[in-house]
Amino acid sequence: MLLCPAMAHAETTATEADLRQIGRSGGGLRRMADRFGDRALLGLTALASLAAVALIALVIDRVVAGSMPSISKFGLGFLWHTTWNPSLSSGVRDSNVFGAGVLVYGTLVTSAIALLIAVPLGIAIGVYLSMLSSGRLAAVIGPLVELLASVPSVIIGLWGIVVLAPFLHSTIEPALHSALGWTAIFGEPGTTGLGIFNAGVVLSIMVLPIIAAITRDLFLNVPRELKEGALALGATRWEMIRTVVLHSTRSGIIAATILGLARALGEAIAVTQTIGAGTAIKASLFANGDTLGSRIAEQFIGAVSKLQVSSLFYCALILLVMELMANIGAQLIAGRYARLQGAVR
Amino acid sequence: MANQVGAVLTPGPGLRRRRRTDRLMRASATAAAMLAVAILAIMVGSVAVHGASQLSISFLTENPAGGSLVGLAGGGIANAIIGSALLVAVATAMALPMGVLIAIYLTELSTPRTARPVRLALDLLNGLPTIVTGIFVFGLLVASHGQSGIAASFALAVVILPVITRTTQEMLLLVPRDLRDAAHALGISRWRTITSVVLPGALGGILTGVVLALARAAGETAPLLLTSSIFSSHTTLNVFGAAIPNIPIDIFSYSESPFPVEHAKAWGAALVLIVLILVGNLTARALLARQRRRLGVL
Repeated sequence: MLLCPAMAHAETTATEADLRQIGRSGGGLRRMADRFGDRALLGLTALASLAAVALIALVIDRVVAGSMPSISKFGLGFLWHTTWNPSLSSGVRDSNVFGAGVLVYGTLVTSAIALLIAVPLGIAIGVYLSMLSSGRLAAVIGPLVELLASVPSVIIGLWGIVVLAPFLHSTIEPALHSALGWTAIFGEPGTTGLGIFNAGVVLSIMVLPIIAAITRDLFLNVPRELKEGALALGATRWEMIRTVVLHSTRSGIIAATILGLARALGEAIAVTQTIGAGTAIKASLFANGDTLGSRIAEQFIGAVSKLQVSSLFYCALILLVMELMANIGAQLIAGRYARLQGAVR
Repeated sequence: MANQVGAVLTPGPGLRRRRRTDRLMRASATAAAMLAVAILAIMVGSVAVHGASQLSISFLTENPAGGSLVGLAGGGIANAIIGSALLVAVATAMALPMGVLIAIYLTELSTPRTARPVRLALDLLNGLPTIVTGIFVFGLLVASHGQSGIAASFALAVVILPVITRTTQEMLLLVPRDLRDAAHALGISRWRTITSVVLPGALGGILTGVVLALARAAGETAPLLLTSSIFSSHTTLNVFGAAIPNIPIDIFSYSESPFPVEHAKAWGAALVLIVLILVGNLTARALLARQRRRLGVL
């Protein structure tokens, strides 16, 4: 059924058919081969495309199937209950009970930190690359920013453990604590520098190139007449950027932010390395925590019960739903800009 | 919009202040760009400095020392280098034909109506968190058959399929419309046009996609964690057998280890991986520039 419209499309114009007739003085054999070849190629490519659609359906199907035992046991309450106890011994209270409340909190907070850092910086880089740098400098810096996106998360995580954690622990965390310690979120620095804050900073490094690349392309596509019109009216460069460029690309910037958010929500490896595997919600950002993705990475291989495995599948399902919503949300907000999501990854 | 621009431009006593704001904001944007470059430099620099002390011929050519014992000095990551190459090669062999066929369908043969679900599926696959890809393949293959190279390669193939499809699509679109029209005008059938005119024209670009996909797949850790992460100090070449050791999992498990000796090994492995990935990316960039020049696009 999928093939019919495309085939009809192939035979639309009469002139096309006429031209073919003229070209085919070679005789019937070649004509048959051509007809067969056209159909075979269409069939083959349509089949591959169908397989891609089937693949994403299969992903959803397998993840839902795997989380079924946990869904039927814990229901939607899984999203906010904070007990996660894989212990099987009957003497322990709440043994073999699972809830993802701590993980949902950790996922949202680390992603929020990542966006708070990466969105303003990324937009600034987009502004710089598209409008402020001379062509030659942008030609060097642009690719370097994109290269940042190609550093594997496991290496960023290793760097987060060995280089970033001691720096945060000795410098940034005490400074934030002494300046803003009266708010509970900047509590006493932890013992290692690993924790929610470190994970958020590491995530911001991964989100930054995505936001920078998408906003750069957005800003480059703002019609030249608008930019030059503002300058001709006497606006300074910054006034031109603020009133014309940023204003007219608002929806694209929001879409870019959502795509950056999707990246941050789903990252597992670098977060596992830097978040310190906490088990409770703590007010301070410098405390340890855990996210949906990092809990899967930590516990999946060593899981002790079928229900624990199923609960980890449930975590993956929550991530999958978040990603579907982010993706569709970004497309709705700025349909054509959503296609830019691949600019980096 | 015109109103707003007009409001800003009202001449007034604030011109000096406006100029100051302008300079400040431009300097901030420049500083942000420099910061991103500095982060990249610090990160690559850290890997180079920490990794260089670990790097030696034996690190590259020997398998891990001490069998299943952990925390020992010496030994290398030869089995992981071979394993990563194998996993990535098999993954590319799976994803490349699929990706190219899908790209041909989307750019040459589909109608808007049939293209929409395919594009949506690719967007969703592209945004799929890689740990979810890992869970998916676990549920599909590993739960019943255990960890294996083929499961890991399949997971990597799912990750890189959208990458290969997108670059191929972009390259097919770069092939000038005139060439297709000319072929049509000569009465050449659609499939001959595609296989003998369009695809050869886009070949360099497709190669770029492959190199980018190789670099992407080489660094992926999350899908391998659930499909090919059981430690082994041997070289394994049978993709249908047990888990295959690989560089990302080595870095991950060494980085989580309490032993400083293993942190050092993590840096060494990270240096090997980052060099491979940077070389891959720079190669892709060079190929792309050549391709664009050849097709006369700026």
